[in-house]
Amino acid sequence: MRVTPRLITEKQCFQLIRRDPVDLLNQDTTNFGILLTICYVSKIKGIHRQRLNLTDMTQIRNFSIIAHIDHGKSTLADRLIQYTGLVSERDFRNQILDTMDLERERGITIKSQTVTLPYADRSGQEYDLNLIDTPGHVDFSYEVSRSLSSCEGVLLLVDASQGIQAQTLANLYMAMEHDLAIIPVINKIDLPSADVDRVKDEIENELGLDSDQIILCSAKEGTGIEAVFEAIVNRIPPPAGKEDNPLTALIFDAAYDLFRGVIISCRVFDGTLGPGDIIRLMSKGAAYRVEEVGCFCLNKEPRDRLSAGDVGYVIAGIKTVSDTRVGDTITLDGRPAPTALPGFQEAKPVVFSSIYPIASDDYHSLADALEKYKLNDAALTYEKDSSAALGQGFRCGFLGLLHLEIVQQRLEREYDQSFIMTVPSVQYRFTLEDGHCLSVDNPQYYPDPIVIRGSEEPFIQASILIPERYMGAVMKLCLDRRGENSRFTYPSTGRIEIRFDMPLAEVIVDFYDRLKTITQGYGSFDYDFIGYRESDLVKLDILVNGEKVDALSIIVHKDRARDWAVRACDRLKDEIPRHQFKIAIQGAIGGKIISRSTVSPFRKDVTAKCYGGDITRKRKLLEKQKKGKKRMKIVGSVMIPQKAFVAVLKSEDE
Amino acid sequence: MNRPGLYVHVPFCRTKCPYCDFYSVTSLSLVPAWLDALQREVLIYRDRFGSFDSLYLGGGTPTILGSRELTRLMEVLFQDLSFSRDPEITIEANPDDITKEKTALLRDLGFNRISLGVQSLNEKELQFLQRRHSAKQAEEAIEIIQASGYTNLGIDLMYGLPGQDESVWMATLRRILVYNPAHISCYQMTISKGTPFYRMLKQGRIQATGEERERAFFLLTSAYLEENGYVHYEISNFAREEKTMSRHNIKYWRHVPYLGLGPSAHSFLKGLRWWNLRSVDGYCQALDCGRRPVEDRERLTEEQVWLESLFLGFRTREGVKRKLIEGSPNSGSTLREIRSAGLVTLHGDRIIPTREGFILADSLPLLFSH
Repeated sequence: MRVTPRLITEKQCFQLIRRDPVDLLNQDTTNFGILLTICYVSKIKGIHRQRLNLTDMTQIRNFSIIAHIDHGKSTLADRLIQYTGLVSERDFRNQILDTMDLERERGITIKSQTVTLPYADRSGQEYDLNLIDTPGHVDFSYEVSRSLSSCEGVLLLVDASQGIQAQTLANLYMAMEHDLAIIPVINKIDLPSADVDRVKDEIENELGLDSDQIILCSAKEGTGIEAVFEAIVNRIPPPAGKEDNPLTALIFDAAYDLFRGVIISCRVFDGTLGPGDIIRLMSKGAAYRVEEVGCFCLNKEPRDRLSAGDVGYVIAGIKTVSDTRVGDTITLDGRPAPTALPGFQEAKPVVFSSIYPIASDDYHSLADALEKYKLNDAALTYEKDSSAALGQGFRCGFLGLLHLEIVQQRLEREYDQSFIMTVPSVQYRFTLEDGHCLSVDNPQYYPDPIVIRGSEEPFIQASILIPERYMGAVMKLCLDRRGENSRFTYPSTGRIEIRFDMPLAEVIVDFYDRLKTITQGYGSFDYDFIGYRESDLVKLDILVNGEKVDALSIIVHKDRARDWAVRACDRLKDEIPRHQFKIAIQGAIGGKIISRSTVSPFRKDVTAKCYGGDITRKRKLLEKQKKGKKRMKIVGSVMIPQKAFVAVLKSEDE
Repeated sequence: MNRPGLYVHVPFCRTKCPYCDFYSVTSLSLVPAWLDALQREVLIYRDRFGSFDSLYLGGGTPTILGSRELTRLMEVLFQDLSFSRDPEITIEANPDDITKEKTALLRDLGFNRISLGVQSLNEKELQFLQRRHSAKQAEEAIEIIQASGYTNLGIDLMYGLPGQDESVWMATLRRILVYNPAHISCYQMTISKGTPFYRMLKQGRIQATGEERERAFFLLTSAYLEENGYVHYEISNFAREEKTMSRHNIKYWRHVPYLGLGPSAHSFLKGLRWWNLRSVDGYCQALDCGRRPVEDRERLTEEQVWLESLFLGFRTREGVKRKLIEGSPNSGSTLREIRSAGLVTLHGDRIIPTREGFILADSLPLLFSH
């Protein structure tokens, strides 16, 4: 078939694609040009048809799935994708949207992913359903919020045996704030432990949603999937907005591609954009020329334009992800929107930690890795830092402890870096005698105590949802972590929601793990910032044979200092290998020693025989030990292994 | 002192001792083939080493060889290899092999130093070690050797045996001092992998001595022998005077070239180290086919030579040249630290380990590595 490119009218095209493709093939289609050919060839192959911006907005639905962690969000997404035939059985794999190894391994979603699902309803009416997958963890709640801003509705997924959890609530409130249509879905109804009636009650009583509206499904078994689709189509409103208005598009994610630069994920609210347009990012004012737009059908599928109501990607020669901001608004340079879309805020780091290369020669390699990593994770901040004990390194800021762990693991695995990470810190505020206000997230910059007039630390409101029987244990945990102002609600029989005001610093180190342990996995947790509160802070130093290990210093509440110091000294005692001499490990506030431990020296370390046949073997052993030593840091004349720094971080019972 | 040394491994024993991890077999029928092979091996190295000023016949049990075999062995060596004017020629001997005749033969063959494997003078301990001699036999052997005019006698002893009482060890040492030997080697019991003792240890049938007691034994031994006029010149070696130190063994610790002949023997020349197959059969076959019986070899990098110099140096009274550690990070503060801990002293340009330093000799090099 010879194809001559020729422009056709929208109307012509629209009529044609509504007709049977085989019928079309029998006609002389050469006149209709290459674009049309693409449309029906894709249709024959069962691939999503090119919409060519012809569908009106009533055929678009933008939605997200929100759920507590492990309630089956990724599995449901998998099933929806499979149902629409977007991917062949052969190419399908579980957690298809989670492309990072780390995501698949840990079963969590770190980056948002979007997919456009072609769906024909019972009457044969066709739709584009844009599923905007969101990260599931509180660290990324800002990203979740931006994703939700791009939707008109959500599937609220609840596990049929676990019922409502803290994040279910937090997510629901967020969806309500965005005024979204909410479709409650009970998942995992196939589980032997499923208690659908109880969970229905919970949804009705705790969430105030109509139980008639609840859809039952098992994403694992694939039951109830069609009902989910019908609900999406019928209960989520189509997007509002006008193509003729000035462009406003919300950036809800950005990823870096080695060849294309930054790929922005956005939702267009008003107007249209396409290749050649000059766009402007409203918060920064920077302008770029659009190279390509398209939608995500697992792979990027280019389109002519993205218009009001659409969800898709924009490539515009942007060099790093940091040049874009999640929550920012894209408009056209030539015809800017009068106001940006609401709700933009910079993702602010709340947890800080320094990283140092194990071998000091690796500093430049670490710098390189951070730079590359940062291309894809705008939320990470870093700057140069240096330590007497650990040498040159970087002070990094993270959205939370999970974010920190993810950055750590990805740098190690994907960028092959070995480094030591210091104790995470929050950002403290100090008012000095001269009236100056100082924000300090690095213990190295703790001001001289004499000039401190007042100190403050950030507080959060923790919301913990547990079965009643764990109340005692959870109360104790929270009080131990300086929780105050506790409030309780009883959302349903046997369950209790505890709210505590707690210092953020107490939450960032293994609070969630501890909560999970003491509640045998039943406890769930979410938090919100509530601001800074006055606090009695000190700087605690760790000394090894009298020398300060600056990387182990922390800023800590006075009442917690001794516990921390005792534990740190104990941990170090276990991890620092014996030397030829006695090693004293001390915890000190200013000049005052508040804890100590000792590593006793070697008593004997020599082999009896060393003749011709022993030398090589002995040298090899030494070389091995020497390699191990390379991974150690030297303070004074004491070798401290990397794992000693890590051990100091661990919680009490590990 | 920088002339090369020659070592010959005689890989035969009548019975295997349960603690020993040197290579040896008990099938004496292999001796002729081994001697043939050795003769071939000698030819390979004929002109490679220059003239040796020490020969050390070790094992195994060299004194297991009969007079014809020993004579042939010495002929083979002296015919094709060259020796300096006054070489130290040592043979390791087992007390049960020592007779007047044997001693006379050894003299005639040129041996001027005997290293006698006494191990203990306590009957129970000798049985535990499954030695073939009694305490009385051991003392008789010493007397025979001394009566035949040998002044350069070395006695090998073991201490720190499982459950050993200090008093028993001291009794052995005291008794040995009666003979005033020129050299004493005192080896702290080491239970090596692959030995019957190792299996017994794993099964809980014998107990390890433990660091604290090993340390006490070591200090006691060193102090006692030094009080009695011996120089503690290497971790396990004591000499009556400078000139009765083992000339041959010192070469190992100073990177002086040495040639090792026989199965499992190690050689070192100009930064190259190689070692022979640990099998009499394999060794003989290789040489029969005209191949070198080498199992593996390595060329030491500068860094490896440095590391070896460091750990070998810290094992001897000679110590380590100060210059050797100067390039290491924090060498100054580390040196101060180990000096104030009493592990080393400074003598001119050398760092000399003390008795306390000897006990920790294996851990000292790492302090200076980078």
